[in-house]
Amino acid sequence: MNYTFIALVENKPGVLNRVASLFRRRNFNIESLAVGRTENPEVSRMTVVVDCPNGDMDAHKIEANLYKLVNVIDVHDVTHQPSVTRDLALIKVRVGPEKRGEVNNLAAIFRARIVDVAADSVIVEATGTEEKIEGMVELLRPLGIVEMVRTGQIAMTRGANSGIRRMPGMDDYNYEDDYAVAEMAP
Amino acid sequence: MKKTGAEILWECVVREGVEVVFGYPGGANMPIYDAMLMYPVHHVLVRHEQGAAHMADGYARASGKVGVAMATSGPGATNLVTGIATAMMDSSPVVFITGQVAAHLIGGDAFQETDVTGITLPITKHNYLVTRADEIAEVVTEAFYIARSGRPGPVLIDICKNAQVEQAEFAYPDDVKLPGYQPRARAPQADLEQAVRLIEKAKRPVILAGHGVLVSGAEETLTHFAVKTQTPVASTLLGLGAFPASHELSLGMMGMHGEVHTNLAIQNADLILALGMRFDDRVTGNLKTYAPKAKKIHVEIDPSEVHKNVHVDVPLVGDLKNVLSDLIPMVDEYDHEEWKNQINEWKSEADTRSIMNWPNDGKLYVPHLIHDLWEATGGGAIITTDVGQHQMWTAQYYAQEKPNRWITSGGAGTMGFGLPSAIGAWFANKDQEIWAVAGDGGFQMTQAELTTAVQEGANVKVAIMNNNFLGMVRQWQEFFFEKRYSAVNMLTPDFVKVAEAHGVPARRVTRPEDVNEAIQWARKTPGPVVLEFRVEREDAVYPMVPAGASLDQMLQRPARAEK
Ligand SMILES: Cc1ncc(C[n+]2csc(CCOP(=O)(O)OP(=O)(O)O)c2C)c(N)n1
Repeated sequence: MNYTFIALVENKPGVLNRVASLFRRRNFNIESLAVGRTENPEVSRMTVVVDCPNGDMDAHKIEANLYKLVNVIDVHDVTHQPSVTRDLALIKVRVGPEKRGEVNNLAAIFRARIVDVAADSVIVEATGTEEKIEGMVELLRPLGIVEMVRTGQIAMTRGANSGIRRMPGMDDYNYEDDYAVAEMAP
Repeated sequence: MKKTGAEILWECVVREGVEVVFGYPGGANMPIYDAMLMYPVHHVLVRHEQGAAHMADGYARASGKVGVAMATSGPGATNLVTGIATAMMDSSPVVFITGQVAAHLIGGDAFQETDVTGITLPITKHNYLVTRADEIAEVVTEAFYIARSGRPGPVLIDICKNAQVEQAEFAYPDDVKLPGYQPRARAPQADLEQAVRLIEKAKRPVILAGHGVLVSGAEETLTHFAVKTQTPVASTLLGLGAFPASHELSLGMMGMHGEVHTNLAIQNADLILALGMRFDDRVTGNLKTYAPKAKKIHVEIDPSEVHKNVHVDVPLVGDLKNVLSDLIPMVDEYDHEEWKNQINEWKSEADTRSIMNWPNDGKLYVPHLIHDLWEATGGGAIITTDVGQHQMWTAQYYAQEKPNRWITSGGAGTMGFGLPSAIGAWFANKDQEIWAVAGDGGFQMTQAELTTAVQEGANVKVAIMNNNFLGMVRQWQEFFFEKRYSAVNMLTPDFVKVAEAHGVPARRVTRPEDVNEAIQWARKTPGPVVLEFRVEREDAVYPMVPAGASLDQMLQRPARAEK
């Protein structure tokens, strides 16, 4: 299943490469990775969605390995936390004037917007959870998608809760989690 | 005060307490070499950059201080790569300093440009590309701090040529600012209590002592803990020396070539206390059947090692010495008589197969030779090894009493490590007797460093175990490929002449009765010496757990008559 991590990293050249290289080296499969600035100019924030076939066990490994990188400041697993996750997509659909109305209606249902209109195509901008965007793409597909671009998921937990850390030795590390992990051993 | 980048580099390196560096100059690091002349640092000119890397590594392991190796850009830096990976796998603190083409040329395939930070990203603890002189002070201070703290490891600094010559204001940084790098010092109390609960219930506990015990300087704490709880101590290959081999609680080495009673103890234990070790496949054998009855406590400073290979019940993340010291007052005294008797029984059964009981049949066997070396040196020499059969035999038969005298490439298994690491170790301990034990294959990989030893007057003795085979590979072909020998039969040069051509006194030994005399001659002869032993060609290292087999499925040495 997919797990979502938020990593705060130092805003320095090459850090993205270090993170990506680590996932490759430890044989983890990145589903999506979004990086951007934060309120602090010295810190960047990454949202990484990773396929974890072994569930929490893999999640632990990913977190612990991220901490090995000197430039990684903090890592949270927000997979099971109440959080807001968003993906932004631009979808170019091949439609002439006669079918624009149909695209318009679909967009309205998904609270998406048409941001460009040309003679033979329109660009739809959609934000939302992955599922929502996936759903919209499926409905647009029969009309003819010319190209599509997605930012990959970004996430933020709701309220004061910041997600869990699976690192043994961390102050807020929960012992029970660890027993749970040990029991999942193959 | 303004200084050039190269001067700033040396200002910082000298402040780290560095007295010796190992390296090789070239176009992209000439300003560094030029500035070096003004600083109280001894430079050892090697014959190949791999040698510099292993020397710095050997120096670090023997001294506990950070070693330093240098090379120029491109081929100079890529020649370091094997040595960097070796240091990484064995958590050895080495700072590598490479020259790089000028910053404005980067990415343009300039002469001798190689993406060294890219190449070394996965084999360093951290690395830096420095493009400006004013970055150097901070980077160098951070690099040394990262290399030696937490779980130590190699750090590489790639310095562009313009940054070496440009001027910058020099101010030595008072501290390092690394918000994301905070190695844990102590394990939380709640975790310690969980561990104590498991220790209280244990009837058949075993301690697995790894390299972390030595890195953390926790040898005495370990002895204290083991004695108080009467827990037998098994060692990993790199953990040898962390617990005195002669101690009644010592089980010796575990794993693929570990002792029978040691592996049996692990497989039958009800509690494993893994201290600063990482459950490498060479010590666990088949993970599915590994220590099936044991609860597991893992003391480790690197959290990514926890649950990596073996799923543990209680991880204690922190500096090992602190964690053990915190545990000692929390645990009771035990005697575990029954358990120790059981292990001793296994031990005496296995001892009957020992090659040490073989009579002299006129042939040279490496185990006997290593035992002789151990006796002749009072067990007190620093021993480095190359990789292969001789390495395992040296681990088995040169019993280690004291810490940091055993230097071997464990994680990477790098052939060619023995001689250069011995030279490095000599710079750390010039008064100590040092022997490099090598195979004929591995010795040839870095034998050019003999001249380095001569040039530096390094007092290292080399013992080549010449079986005219790539012995360990031959052994695997014998056991697992029905003796189809493929590319293991090795012609060797006349090692005595090779040594003498380098200006190194040498002797060849072919008979058991000449062994001691030769060792004593080498010990008395000042400076580097080479002894070539023509050993039994097709002997095999026993016991052996075949790769992937369960730890208690050991091949044992056939009894004498069967041979
Ligand atoms: C650089 C490198 N290449 C290949 C190997 C694979 N290897 C492991 S042991 C061994 C044989 C070593 O032979 P030798 O140096 O003669 O030592 P012996 O095993 O005979 O004691 C080889 C080829 C290695 N460990 N390192």
